[in-house]
Amino acid sequence: MYDAMMAETIGITGHGGDVIEGYLARPLGPGPFGSVVVIHHMPGYDASTKEIARKFAAAGYAALCPNLYTREAPGASPDDAAATARARGGVPDERLVGDVGGAAAYLRSLPTSNGKVGVIGYCSGGRQSFLAACSLQLDAAVDCYGAFVVGTPPEGMPLKVGPIVHLTKDLSCPLLGLFGAEDQHPSPEQTAELEKELTAQGKTYEFHTYEGAGHAFFAVDRPAYRPEAANEGWQRIWEWFGRYLAG
Amino acid sequence: MCTYLTEKIEVTGSGKGADGWFGLSEATVYFDHPVHAAAEHTLNIDFLNPGRGPSARVAVELTAESARALAKAIEATLASVPPGLL
Repeated sequence: MYDAMMAETIGITGHGGDVIEGYLARPLGPGPFGSVVVIHHMPGYDASTKEIARKFAAAGYAALCPNLYTREAPGASPDDAAATARARGGVPDERLVGDVGGAAAYLRSLPTSNGKVGVIGYCSGGRQSFLAACSLQLDAAVDCYGAFVVGTPPEGMPLKVGPIVHLTKDLSCPLLGLFGAEDQHPSPEQTAELEKELTAQGKTYEFHTYEGAGHAFFAVDRPAYRPEAANEGWQRIWEWFGRYLAG
Repeated sequence: MCTYLTEKIEVTGSGKGADGWFGLSEATVYFDHPVHAAAEHTLNIDFLNPGRGPSARVAVELTAESARALAKAIEATLASVPPGLL
């Protein structure tokens, strides 16, 4: 099997026609390949998120991670960029949708694309993955422990983050949710509430909540890493994207 | 968890970053995942000057215990300053 791949920084057209930075990792075979927009976590467009993009490419998907902090901090190191974005209130929802939409359009335009695009996000990106899937026409979505899909953030918080469970009716594609039983943001009660709404709206979804795991259990470079939950979770992701994006 | 909890204040003073000293204009304080410290969550402080770009930043990531000790030390120091100097 020919398994060469390419990973590089590119410019893509995001929200409002702005050119933003993105990290594209793609197989070099003839395809056709499914595609995935990878939404980075709150600590930013960092080395570990780029590693996730390459993992998708190695598995036969074109993966594109838009740098959601390009505008606030062009060229800055990921931690400085994340600090700047946080100080300015985080990424506005509308801009996120525009940037993910731009990334999805770029992926669909690749000559090797099979026309299908999914989205996956971690931490704050989990919420944004759900938001994108409710706002754009996509083919599959994965929410990895996204907080505040359900539940109101503490009062006075300067970040522009609010609950978006009311958007469930607009969800355009099947949703896979991967959560930790010991997480409080989102708590098992909150994911149960989201599940209830997905059922009420007749949406296709699958949720898995892992015992012994908390927030960020996929993060191999953090103490929160839980290999058992992460390995199980990756298996569910391959099945999900295999079902809805491959071929 | 990703707490999102953030306090933002205006500050006056200076900090020393990767490119030397610069004037500070704001600080954010939050309890969330650290970039470098070996703990799941830390009390993080960013001293910033947005006018000078994202890298005009002095950052610390402290365990909750250390952060409380620091807060106490700051208050104790200020409380012991001789009258007339503040």
